[in-house]
Amino acid sequence: MNYETVIGLEVHAELKTKTKIYCGCSTEFGGEVNTHTCPICVGFPGVLPVLNKQVVEYAIKAGLATNCNITPVGKQDRKNYFYPDLPKAYQTSQYDLPICVGGYVEIETEDGPKKIRLTRIHIEEDAGKLLHDFGEGTLVDYNRGGVPLIEIVSEPDLRSSQEAHTFLEQLKAILEYTDVSDCKMQEGSLRCDVNVSVRPEGATEFGIRTEMKNVNSFRAAVRAIEYESKRQIAVLENGDEVTQETRRWDEASGKSVPMRSKEDAQDYRYFPEPDLVNIVIDDEWVARVRETLPELPQARIKRYIADLGLTDYDAGLIASNKKLAVLFEETVALGAKPKAVSNWILGDVSRILNERDIELDESKLTPQALASLIELIEKGTISNNAGKKVLPDIFDGCDDVTKLVEEKGLVQISDDSALMEIVTQVLADNEKSVNDYKGGNERAIGFLVGQCMKASKGKGNPQKFNELLKQNLG
Amino acid sequence: MELYTKTAHELHKMLVDKDVTSVEITESFIDRINEVEPKVDAFIATTFETALETASKADEKIQKGEEISALEGLPMALKDNMSTKGVATTSASKMLENYVPPYDATVVKILKENNIPILGKTNMDEFAMGSSTETSYFKKTKNPYDLQRIPGGSSGGSAASVSANEAVFALGSDTGGSIRQPASCCGVVGLKPTYGTVSRFGLFAFASSLDQIGPFAKDVTDAANIFNLISGHDSFDSTSINMEYPDYTSSLKADVKGLKIGVPQEFLGDGINVEVKNAILKACDNYKALGAEVETFSLPLTDYFIPIYYVICCAEASSNLARYDGVKYGYRADKFSDLTDLYKKTRSQGFGAEVKRRIMLGTYVLSSGYYDAYYKKAQQMRTIIRNNFADAFKKYDLILTPTAPTTAFKMGEKIDDPVQMYLADICTVVVNIAGLPGMSMPCGVDSEGLPIGMQLIGNSFAEPTIFRAGFAFEQAGFSKIPLPTFKNGGAN
Repeated sequence: MNYETVIGLEVHAELKTKTKIYCGCSTEFGGEVNTHTCPICVGFPGVLPVLNKQVVEYAIKAGLATNCNITPVGKQDRKNYFYPDLPKAYQTSQYDLPICVGGYVEIETEDGPKKIRLTRIHIEEDAGKLLHDFGEGTLVDYNRGGVPLIEIVSEPDLRSSQEAHTFLEQLKAILEYTDVSDCKMQEGSLRCDVNVSVRPEGATEFGIRTEMKNVNSFRAAVRAIEYESKRQIAVLENGDEVTQETRRWDEASGKSVPMRSKEDAQDYRYFPEPDLVNIVIDDEWVARVRETLPELPQARIKRYIADLGLTDYDAGLIASNKKLAVLFEETVALGAKPKAVSNWILGDVSRILNERDIELDESKLTPQALASLIELIEKGTISNNAGKKVLPDIFDGCDDVTKLVEEKGLVQISDDSALMEIVTQVLADNEKSVNDYKGGNERAIGFLVGQCMKASKGKGNPQKFNELLKQNLG
Repeated sequence: MELYTKTAHELHKMLVDKDVTSVEITESFIDRINEVEPKVDAFIATTFETALETASKADEKIQKGEEISALEGLPMALKDNMSTKGVATTSASKMLENYVPPYDATVVKILKENNIPILGKTNMDEFAMGSSTETSYFKKTKNPYDLQRIPGGSSGGSAASVSANEAVFALGSDTGGSIRQPASCCGVVGLKPTYGTVSRFGLFAFASSLDQIGPFAKDVTDAANIFNLISGHDSFDSTSINMEYPDYTSSLKADVKGLKIGVPQEFLGDGINVEVKNAILKACDNYKALGAEVETFSLPLTDYFIPIYYVICCAEASSNLARYDGVKYGYRADKFSDLTDLYKKTRSQGFGAEVKRRIMLGTYVLSSGYYDAYYKKAQQMRTIIRNNFADAFKKYDLILTPTAPTTAFKMGEKIDDPVQMYLADICTVVVNIAGLPGMSMPCGVDSEGLPIGMQLIGNSFAEPTIFRAGFAFEQAGFSKIPLPTFKNGGAN
């Protein structure tokens, strides 16, 4: 029997506010343990929360960028459970009146565009972090406690790991463009829980689902979905029933393992947070936020294809990464040809980023340097290969590309008389090839160009050599 | 006459006239505490040294000819559930026996800014849960009128300290009557202000939507001055009300002509002690004599007040007290095998019986499957009750009731019967449910010489009306009762 996989995602994104959701502590990542803390975010007796308005603003922005309805009155609720990383033993979150409801994200699939519906987007506080590797016992770092999050909940509209991956990429791009989250996976500022079920193809009822936690990258999401879907199919094929449960994804072993069953599900005893008042969002506020929305990825893709002549594929790749898109647009604005810029960005620039395992903003590559590199190649001042050679230096912060290629001796000899000397010498030294060419073997010219390049130590312009050789052999 | 017998406004005048210094006043209270505290046990801890330092600061200001505020330099007592930086704040619980807060509550900041000497931290029911101060982990506070009786609760230490002249005034907190009921038992004035008028920042939460800090005072004038001091908007408390706060002393006019006072007949029926009832009826006559219009009316749903109150307060408490888990501060069980064991042992050993009872009740009413039947229904009832009061205040300027159904009961009398104990708050809890201001002041004594309190309930923000009516009653001499006698000592 063929099965269909049904996937819903819950994505947590840390918001980019300077301060935490209910106190004035810094949200900066990587501070000394327990230094970005105060009595409020560590839940000392008697403290009270005060909502950071920017958090609501970012949630509204994320909601508008994903076509959500913004609630006129939002409420915050307490989700009660005991865990040492949760200092108050309740997480302040939103239960029945989230900031955003409805909405969708459009993704490209093999069968064309598809709308993935969003159930809701709500605001909540992050928990602290347990540190297990300090001798005996466990320590807690509350720096992350109280960092604002939005939780984006999708409907079970995704049908494959590939769709889930595209959705996550698209969502990440939206959060980056709207500037509400850094989306730094390695710092945990974007995390997701994955709900998976399977059903026989053509069935209308959903199968029994499991929820997977600890999915910390898009790659992990894809693997987790594929693993879990196979596991569930095997269970069904075996004539058994899938157990509704929460499972933990173990990236190292590539397996999901049971965490707790439905019967053991925690009762969070949600109730309205009495220390906070309702969040009132008027039309004017929504309109003001709407005005700040940037051009979103879908619109960008369309523009790159229609106005800048990129292929669908290239446009999609560039537009779904804000940093690449910004580099692309700024380089094009400096006069470089879009196609050439796109090739460089998706080719060697991406390759170096991957090799170095860094994000674009961690390099010193500037649009100016990339534009002048492309210009030097277009003008024939340097070869394409020479361009590839200097790119790592440009990544390291060298922005005078003209000087760089001169210093490295990569400037091509384009002066006809200098090239002519070499051509004459090569023709004299390679009688056989000359005769081959004259005898009709056109390929011999390639060998001769190669010899010219060798003689010029790679600095001659191969195009020019080709022309000069043909003239002399003609 | 000893300095410690005087009211705050009398002492303020003496300070301004340089008849006395703040240090002298503070020393007078310290002497008094040393004298009567062994009988009363109002304080969990005293802070005489810093109190005297603060007094000196006030004196310096006076000597320099600088103006001082109404309560500057006048020593007070603070309920031990308000966060004081560097001084243990325990909520009378083993859980926080050694907890020293790193920050000051907003009200404590105000006290410090005004150079008000804090004599010590007063005893209370554990986490403010109780009506007799008997659930304190540390000690039992005695009623200065009869040392075998309770001072009321939960702010029993604060009430007793003012009653026994151990402090000019005190601050307490009131979640369902915890200021008014002990004020009634100890024969002093106690105000539970309108919800949101005094910052809760730094008050160790019991039930967030009901808790409110308020004053204990020797008379209505002092109460108005204290309320002037502590009320106001605080950006650290999201439920704090941002409005123009009037000068509450300007309402101290002994004139109640035409004032309409309603008396709910339900609070004069069964369950109210006859002597208390008679004292309230006499107070009604007194108000009539002063020119007010007094009539009885029916306040619906009174049978539901206690259940609604306990559903809401326990629900919130179960969540508010979850942070006491042995991980970050406070008590931690000595031996535990794993995380769950740490939680169970810490909380089993650190909390007393009443606190545990309320945490369990609250956990139950919030549980999936019970939420709608209990918590949600209680919240709906809360709205209805608010509306009923709004209707009543269309007809009346004030509502007059007994503060408590009886005078101070004997220690141990109700401690093993939670329901009887909860009924001690029958007249007060609804004021918190509706977020209204309520003030208790003496209106007589019973045949045993124990104070009887009357409660004046106003509409939201109607503290001025309450102060005016209370002041008129006081000026006419109707609130005058004998001083405490500290009788029946040594027999406990």
